[in-house]
Amino acid sequence: MFKLDDEHLQLQATFREFAENEVKPLAKEIDESERFPIETIEKMAAMGMMGLPIPEAYGGSGLDQMGYVLAVEELAKVCATTSIILSAHTSLCCWPILKFGTEEQKQKYLVPLARGEKIGAFALTEPAAGTDASMQQSSAILEGDHYVLNGSKIFITSAPYADVFIVFAMTDKEQGTRGITAFILEKGMPGFTVGKPENKMGLRASATCELFFDNVSVPMENRLGDEGRGFRIAMATLDGGRIGVAAQSVGIAQGAIDETVKYTSERIQFGRRISQFQNTQFTLADMQTRTDAARLLMWRAADAETNNDPYSHFAAMAKLFSAENASYVTNRAVQLFGGYGYTKEYPVERMMRDAKVTEIYEGTSEVQRMVVSGWMGVK
Amino acid sequence: MKILVYVKQVPDTDDVRLDPKTGNLLREGVKSILNPLDANAIEAALQLREKHGGTVAAVCMGPPQAEEALKKALGMGCDEAYLLSDRAFGGADTLATSYTLAKAAEKIGEYDLLLFGRHAIDGDTAQTGPAVAAQLGIPQITLAGSISVEDGWVCCDRMLGDMRQRVRAKLPAAVTVCGDINKPRYATPINIMKASKKPRSTWNAADLGCEASRIGVPGSPSSTKGLFEPEKHNADTVYFTGELDAMIKAFADMLQSEHII
Repeated sequence: MFKLDDEHLQLQATFREFAENEVKPLAKEIDESERFPIETIEKMAAMGMMGLPIPEAYGGSGLDQMGYVLAVEELAKVCATTSIILSAHTSLCCWPILKFGTEEQKQKYLVPLARGEKIGAFALTEPAAGTDASMQQSSAILEGDHYVLNGSKIFITSAPYADVFIVFAMTDKEQGTRGITAFILEKGMPGFTVGKPENKMGLRASATCELFFDNVSVPMENRLGDEGRGFRIAMATLDGGRIGVAAQSVGIAQGAIDETVKYTSERIQFGRRISQFQNTQFTLADMQTRTDAARLLMWRAADAETNNDPYSHFAAMAKLFSAENASYVTNRAVQLFGGYGYTKEYPVERMMRDAKVTEIYEGTSEVQRMVVSGWMGVK
Repeated sequence: MKILVYVKQVPDTDDVRLDPKTGNLLREGVKSILNPLDANAIEAALQLREKHGGTVAAVCMGPPQAEEALKKALGMGCDEAYLLSDRAFGGADTLATSYTLAKAAEKIGEYDLLLFGRHAIDGDTAQTGPAVAAQLGIPQITLAGSISVEDGWVCCDRMLGDMRQRVRAKLPAAVTVCGDINKPRYATPINIMKASKKPRSTWNAADLGCEASRIGVPGSPSSTKGLFEPEKHNADTVYFTGELDAMIKAFADMLQSEHII
């Protein structure tokens, strides 16, 4: 697991080629204009990238988790926004349907999602339920053959462009987290509306919005899993999502390192290339060493998931370390670029802004520390 | 329809340098890639297969590591791959190469169409495709900027500078394609995973029934007198290519990135 096999090397090569040719040229523009890169989604769909770890029988490409994280890393190296659109769609929407959905739900929703004909989203967070996801205010009341959903969600990636949403709501407030149930919602259901995109520090093109539910009638067959299983479904989904965010963080860091190596090899100060200074050499060595460590933690988590081994703690460690590393590395990258790094002429300031959220979403770094210390039995 | 696409593994020319003493290519540490125009030939073959059905076989002559070029071809969607590899093939010029490639076509048999990239970015002769057609005694169309097959004929627009020439040839025929014929698809994850299960053969000179005097160095009447790097008058010279608008934009971008404007 320290070396990619031949097939994974080829997957990495094709993802890299795609990212360089199709994604990198748009990264600056979509960051500045906050434009959701819908054309890239279409290209990824044509290649089979929108359902990488989903079995072929359900419209996917049938890769293992390692194949999938290679794609997320390669995209994130050049454009973190594109990588989170792919990761949220795959890890947070396709995966729970694959894992917890009925055969009818898989045929109806997973197949078009994995083929990239539809875009998926995941809606757990609410204005008053962030890290404390148990404080769900959204409610779903069973009335005959359907649930009536009311409430709102916040910070939902890809929301205005998504067709299928995994939404969590309280079906029994008395039961606390055991009263939360998961549902599959479709765009355009009467009473279901999407708010305006947030004006964010980074990942500016990923279209992060609020969702509003006003007496939305959700058919019984759109309930994902049993009543009261929603919290467990959410937590299991986020375990896998964290591997995706770890891969994204590794990609952001590696992208910043690659840009910095190039820049410092060209920039002349005091009559020398600044890469000739020991400060540059040592800083870049630290950046790459930490990023390699992050990648190995991330690969371990992906490998464990592929082998059906317990991976919650591996995923938490990978995300914790990779996310903090992405912030560290991009910060150092801007420093090595100097004044130019602080301008939008070069991509490292964007990478630094994009990196920060990896410490926050799909479980903050503090939550990852809770998962890891809990696994260690530290009470 | 059975299409054979000939591909070559070449050094990434962005990266090529010559040994200043020997004049030989410095291959160490230089990445090998699928010859870019061969990817256009593969794309043309796959599009014809999608329209007319049939199979696409990729054929490559080279050392064992040239297998990488064939893997790329399979990843893009070719159905089978043939590697022609033998120490005796080494040092072949375009005559010996085209003889060897033609022997492979004969052994595979029942082909309808042979496709080639117009030229390889390393040798840059643009002779191999036409020479294979000559060895096989089949018609050839070079410089194709478009390709279609109708009623047993292959029809192409030949790209002749400012002019296009529409021609057709009776199948079986050989066609060499230009870069603007299409945009090659990426290798897809599904095809990459399936590549190891597709038929792959490796043939040496004996398998192909080659005459020893017609392959490799003995079969190559042409020889290289010398290789040298052109003298560089100004190391900072930058050449722009492509459409005028794209060149102007690239020039402006460069001035901006150099902080001149």
